[in-house]
Amino acid sequence: MLESIARGTRIASLIGAGLLVAGPAFAADPIKLGVLEDQSGDFALATIGKVHGIQLATDEINAAGGIAGRKIELVIYDTQSDNTRYQEFMRRVLQRDKVNVVFAGFSSASREAYRPIVDQLDGFAFYNNQYEGGVCDGHMVVTGAVPEQQFSTLIPWMMEKYGKRVYTIAADYNFGQISAEWVRMIVKQNGGEMVGEEFIPLGVSQFSQTIANIQKVKPDVLITLLVGTAQASYYEQAAAANLKVPMGSSVNVGQGYEHKRFKPPSLANMYATVNYIEEVDTPESKAFVAKWKAKFPNEPYINQEAENSYHAVYLYKQMVERANGSTARADLRAVIAKGDVCVDAPEGKVCIDPKSQHVSHTIYMARVGEDHSITFPKVWHDIKPYWLGEAGCDLTKKDPMAQYTPSNPPPKP
Amino acid sequence: MDFLSSLFGFVYQCGDAFAFLVLAACGLAVIFGMMGVINLAHGEFIMCGAYVTVTTARAGLPLPLAILCGGLAAGAVGLVVERLVIRQLYDRPMDTIVATWGLSLIATQGTLIVLGSSVQGVGVPLGSFTVGAYSYSTYRLVLIASALAILAGLYLGFNKTRFGILARATIQLPHMAEALGVDTKFVYSMTFALGAALAGLVGGLYAPTMTIVPTMGSTFIMEAFVTVVVGGADVFLGTSPAAAVLGVVKAAMTSWQGQLFGQIGLLIAVIIVIRVLPKGISGFILRERG
Repeated sequence: MLESIARGTRIASLIGAGLLVAGPAFAADPIKLGVLEDQSGDFALATIGKVHGIQLATDEINAAGGIAGRKIELVIYDTQSDNTRYQEFMRRVLQRDKVNVVFAGFSSASREAYRPIVDQLDGFAFYNNQYEGGVCDGHMVVTGAVPEQQFSTLIPWMMEKYGKRVYTIAADYNFGQISAEWVRMIVKQNGGEMVGEEFIPLGVSQFSQTIANIQKVKPDVLITLLVGTAQASYYEQAAAANLKVPMGSSVNVGQGYEHKRFKPPSLANMYATVNYIEEVDTPESKAFVAKWKAKFPNEPYINQEAENSYHAVYLYKQMVERANGSTARADLRAVIAKGDVCVDAPEGKVCIDPKSQHVSHTIYMARVGEDHSITFPKVWHDIKPYWLGEAGCDLTKKDPMAQYTPSNPPPKP
Repeated sequence: MDFLSSLFGFVYQCGDAFAFLVLAACGLAVIFGMMGVINLAHGEFIMCGAYVTVTTARAGLPLPLAILCGGLAAGAVGLVVERLVIRQLYDRPMDTIVATWGLSLIATQGTLIVLGSSVQGVGVPLGSFTVGAYSYSTYRLVLIASALAILAGLYLGFNKTRFGILARATIQLPHMAEALGVDTKFVYSMTFALGAALAGLVGGLYAPTMTIVPTMGSTFIMEAFVTVVVGGADVFLGTSPAAAVLGVVKAAMTSWQGQLFGQIGLLIAVIIVIRVLPKGISGFILRERG
């Protein structure tokens, strides 16, 4: 009985969809979008909003008729800030749930944990997070910002304003290590000097000695690449020890909204280059925040990764529609190769670069004041993810499925 | 002067590492070291204390009182947990692992669902002071003093008060103590609650210096267990020398090579100590004495 009702509805919706868009016969089947994000564990704070961003975009698209006449159906799993869960659930969404596309991952360790599985099972994944850059993989689209977008804007600006002696503290895993390499490179290119570098294991929460080490060399600029809620304790402790070096970051404020969570002025004098945060003062951003708060009134903060996740759904929609409703990876990549897959996101216009399958961004310099209010001393429009393409990654020609760094660039043909 | 200020810096860092180890471990030393309950929810008692402290402090209570509230709240939770779960498991130490681990998962996820992913902190009080080229947080000295005060309190409590003697008797020979008229169930539950309250107090003490999130307890748990294991069964004679040894190793390695080597040094020191002294430092001291 139930089955026959289900079949009846299905036939009805088939006919309905057929009448509406006159698409192919399978058109009423929903497009399945897998979502693997950390909704519990150490990273949950920064990533629950990403799930909400995907849900908001999905609701909007479904209310307007779906993608090429097909509704989006979300398949959501909580990856618990645990890399092995990513591998487990990535296999599940690709093999059992047979999703058309997966939106997955916060930490770079988790991305590198699941990426081989996406490659092996020939899946198609969006990584909607800022990271250390360099992933040249035709199975991936990266909508987050990368070092050439965040550091090549931030570091020269800060060195000019405060001085050329730079100190880095970074989380000790692939993200922190490779980002620190970028900092070294950009500091050197701009005639500066690295006066110190410390890598801190994830989960460390006590920083007295780190603070003393920084005080010893008195840097002009401190780059903080701290990840996770435990490491965020650094700011309270540094402020308590009266360490007042101007700080720059690619992950703080825009990801963990530390300026909202800590008592002022522990984050004063922090400069972060973000591609979006809820304080961005444009009409598009304000409308976006209003929509968001209407659907998720208790959201503590809309960070850049939440916005990336939101506009990523629209990027995917455009690709599928321009591929005449096909969700096959080859068809979608043929659309990307045209080089004009762009959407008007809350941050501004974003476009997918066909060589690297990364996204161009508007980069906002966010400055945290004494009272933890945000101002934007500078905005850079349309900053392209140029490094991979210049270094020799060209996914329109060859798909190496690898991650490169400045010290390990793509092999020259 | 330069030498003196570096020396002060080193002593301060050692004291800071020592305080963290003592405070992380003191509640666990009572519950695990003395009572033998492998309490994997120790970090969540700390988290509970921190949340209560921050909430009451933001509601207007002065910080020292708020910290006490944190301790009392965690103690009350400990009393309930003991009555409902732990009491059934005193003879089954392996099962306490599973039960307390389950409690810790429920507490972490429950806090995330009910209270959200983070609450705003209260900021570190008392400002800073300067010695030579370095400036230090004054509140860290309060933490060191608190660690010493808690150690002294535990020593006096377990050796000089009637409750302390009854507690030790109950744990050493429960049937004999019962035969002599001690209400052993009551003593067990009060001892467990004391351990939980100490954990809560520590959560309160560290709350101003940390991000207040549901998973914050996990940053204490490794240090707590290694300190108790290295220390052995005696709360005072175990925890304080263990924390002193490990604190100096950790501070020295961290100042030499950074945080990663601090952790490596700490764990290597632990392996050496438990290889050489299987009953922990207090087992060694007490055997010498006996």
